[in-house]
Parts: sequence; structure tokens; C-alpha cells
Amino acid sequence: MFIPHTDADREAMLRTVGVSRLEDLFKDVPAAHRFPNLNLPRGLTEMEVKAEMESLALSNETTKDLVCFLGAGAYAHYIPAAVDAILRRGEFYTAYTPYQPEISQGTLQAIFDYQSLVASLTGMEVSNASHYDGATAVAEAVSMAYANFRGKRNKVVLSPSLHPHYRATVQTYNEGTEINLAGAEISPQAGPEALLPLIDDKTALVIVQYPDFFGRIYDYTALAEATHRAGALLAISANPLSLGLLTPPGEFGADIVTGEGQSLGIPLSFGGPYLGLFATRKEYVRKMAGRLVGETIDNRGQRAYVLTLTAREQHIRREKATSNICTNQGLLALAATVYMSLLGKHGLRQVAELCYHKAHYAASQIASLPGFRLWSDAPFFHEFVVRCPQPVAEINDLLLLEGILGGYDLGQDYPELKNHMLIAVTEMNSRDDINLLVETLAEVSND
Amino acid sequence: MNTPTNLKYTKNDEWVKVDGNIGTVGITDHAQEQLSDIVYVEIVLSVGDSAKQSEACATLESVKAAAEVYLPVSGKVIEVNEALPDSPEKVNTDPYGDAWMVKLELTDQSELDGLLDAAAYEAQVQEKE
Repeated sequence: MFIPHTDADREAMLRTVGVSRLEDLFKDVPAAHRFPNLNLPRGLTEMEVKAEMESLALSNETTKDLVCFLGAGAYAHYIPAAVDAILRRGEFYTAYTPYQPEISQGTLQAIFDYQSLVASLTGMEVSNASHYDGATAVAEAVSMAYANFRGKRNKVVLSPSLHPHYRATVQTYNEGTEINLAGAEISPQAGPEALLPLIDDKTALVIVQYPDFFGRIYDYTALAEATHRAGALLAISANPLSLGLLTPPGEFGADIVTGEGQSLGIPLSFGGPYLGLFATRKEYVRKMAGRLVGETIDNRGQRAYVLTLTAREQHIRREKATSNICTNQGLLALAATVYMSLLGKHGLRQVAELCYHKAHYAASQIASLPGFRLWSDAPFFHEFVVRCPQPVAEINDLLLLEGILGGYDLGQDYPELKNHMLIAVTEMNSRDDINLLVETLAEVSND
Repeated sequence: MNTPTNLKYTKNDEWVKVDGNIGTVGITDHAQEQLSDIVYVEIVLSVGDSAKQSEACATLESVKAAAEVYLPVSGKVIEVNEALPDSPEKVNTDPYGDAWMVKLELTDQSELDGLLDAAAYEAQVQEKE
């Protein structure tokens, strides 16, 4: 460990504050608790620690060993080896906040490329340098919309098919504020038209998901029009990978597009760290939280990158900032940038198509099993809801015995969806994997 | 420094032009010079709002800094300069004309007595420098 203070430094500091020994600084702590004897096991050697940690790690069950049909916001996709190789380059791995453009051109350019790719993928004009994850990005959209109307509109309509965790995060962010969240009473089965009666002249923002939490794909054009007629903004939380195939939300007229970037080359890692996408229209760029990198020319006329429009960041005008978050997920934004660059427009479309077709194959096979039924007939991307003849937890226990990580138990979040399973299929699932899932489910249906 | 004598000023570099019961508000030539190139103007009050003296009526951003514009007087907003956000550079080129920000129906004429005249404002600026 690097400790910059020498003994002489320490003595000088102690003298300055008027104590003779370091221990004297803790004399306000009762003596019995000051330096207690800790009952710790003996220290381990490096070799012993490694063995211990490896045995702990082995008791994890991961998507490396299991066939995964679990999604619900985080998806098992293939990550090309080049993503990690580039990510782990020392120049990127150690880079911190690029406040000094003269020594941070690589990091700044990577973020600029990230922003350009996200803007292009979502069909929006500007993207920030990212947020923590898809959930916080949605919460930032609420803060931005509220600030945009300067507190005069305090209603936010949340679609019931927005990820339950995202709704919970929005709720947490806005605890104790004047913002009212609406939409909880709407049936999850309803389409976007069910939101229309809730949109009024107090509404700042309407938030939907695309594809929605249940995998369904809706055209949000009419919703955008109705939202704008009421003078409110529309935010769409999108799965960026699906945008390789689907109409970008910008074309529906979204004012804000957020998303969980995990599907773009970021490992599942037991839930994080992930990547929050946030894109908007140019007219709202000064209301947008987070960092923004811009391209300019330096005093020699060379292309250069620099943080821009930072006047509203919390370290400059904290009390006026739209958000208290100005950091970004630099390393994971880089992973997404490398992933998107490697795949390109056609590669991304190919992955999305594979997901789409495999999911549709799986859905049709499962729907043909007695006792199983598709919950919705709306078009879907790579995830769909199945009504099961037994509790989802029981079915998942059975699937796990076959080495299959089953779908998400929707009864956890939606009481009316007890015995409903959300199944995700990606390019990682082979036909054999899907057939194994269907065969195992068939055992349940025969019961 | 251009400081028209027909206006009243605040210590925070705002001006108000009073015409009967109507006050027009903006920032001074000295203020725009200190901020340098203004790149963004947002009027944060809307027509119909009742606002008190010292409440923010606009937010400015220049290439150097961000600043609030505070109301020199209380009143009810009867007009905001909708065109200004589209051409923020007007704050630099015409701070006392095209770059007015809001017009108010004054609610308390006596507040004007607490404001500076042109000579006092200039003296105050020079003292600060």
C-alpha cells in the first residue's frame, strides 16, 4: 500500500494539532472499545486465500454453466473478445474524469464516439456521456422534465409495463418531492392507449418502455402526439440492442430516450455495474444531466475533444443543477462503444434478428404445450410472457435440475400475473437449448 | 460603460425601466461585459406569474460563467421576451434594448426608492473594481 506520509510528516502534524501520539486522537472513544482484541482467525497465505475464493466462486451458478432464459432487463449476449482486450488497455482502464483535455484526448474521443453511436441508434440529436444504469437514466429523465417546466408541471405518468425496478427507482428519487407519479392502477396487459386519459396540463413527462417490460413492441407515435398536445414530454426507455431491428424511438417523437446499455457488450456480473443511456433533442441539451463531450478544433486547427456545456454541473452551480449526478460510466460506455463499433449497423441488426427469430421459435413451441399459453398477442422482440400451469418458482426448480435458468416470475411484481413467466431468448440460445427448455416444460404440462 | 440615466439599477447589475405602472427588466452593459459572450438565455418566469423582488427571472450562460438575473422589483409578469432565447448574443449587443427580459406590472412602487440611479450604479461598479 502506498502511504505518502513519512514518520517525520506524521510527527509534525501531531505537533501542530497538539497531541504527542496518534492514539491520543482517539481518546474520546471509550477505552474498552478503543483498541479491542479482535478474535480473528490466523492470517492466510496467498495460496490459501486463492483456494478459498475459488471454492466460493465455484458455488455460483452462472450463465457459463447454465442455459439462460432469464432476462427482465439484463440479458445474456455474446461479448466479442476484442471488447475486453480494448477495455483493459491501461490508457483507458486508469482514465478518470477527463477534466484536462490536453491529456485525455483518447478518453474524450471514446465518449464522443459513444454519444454519436447512442444518438444515431436512438434516433435522437444528442446523448450524454451516460448514467449509472437504465433505472437511474429513467429517474434522471423525470428530474429533467420537472426542471424543464420549472416545477409548474408535477405529474409523471409511468406505464405499468415500465420495468418495476425502474419505477421503484423513480419513486425513490422523488420521495419527498412535489412530483406525483401516476399510472400504477392501470392493468399491465393494457397498451399505451390506456395512458392517454392520465395525460393532462399538469403532466411533465410520460414514460414508456420499448420493447416494454413484457417484451411487447408498440408504435408510440399516437402517444407522443397526445403527450405533446398536452404540452408534456415523452420519454422512452429502450433496449438499445433491439434498435438494431426496430424503428428508433426518436422517430415516434420521443423527447427523451433512455436505456439499459448492458445488452451492448457488458457482462451480466450479478446485476452490475451497468450503463445508463440518455439521449434527447437539442433544445433540451442544457437541461440534460451528466457530462457531454464536444468536438472542436485546438489552436493549431487540429480536431480536439473537450467536456462542454458543464456550466450546470453540480460542482459549478450545485443549487441550480438539474441533477446531482454528473459522473458517467466511462469504462462501460467504452465497452458499449467498442461493441457497437465491432458489430456495426449490420452486425447489430443480425444479433437483433437472431434474438427475434429464436424467441419466436421458442414462443410458438411453448404455446403448443398443453397448459401453457402466451399472455399477449402483441408483437414482441426477444422476450414474451407465458401463463404456466404451475407456480413459476416450482417450474424453475425443475428447470434448474436440467441446467436451465428459467424465466422471470412476474408474480413478484404483478400480483395479477401469478403463474406467469417472462422468458428471454438471445442469440446465445441454440435450437437445442430451446428444445431442451420446451421438453422440460412439457413434463410440467403432462402432470 | 454605458449606463442610461433614465433607468434604475440594482447592485447585482440588473436594470428596470419604469413606464407608468410597467417595469421592463434586463441586465446592464457592465454585466454583459463581465460575463462575455452570452450563449444561452432562459426566461424562467411566465406571463401571469406573480414574482417578488430578488426572485430569479432569467438564467444566463456565457462562455465563462452561468448567472441568474434577479427582479429589481416585485410585480405580475405581463410579457416575456420570447425572442431572446433564440438570439442570446443580443444581451451583448443591445443590453438595454432588444435584450429586455420581462415586463411587469409593478405591485409596489416604493421598491423603486431602494434602487440605484445611473451615477450611484457607476460609482458602485468602480468601487468594486
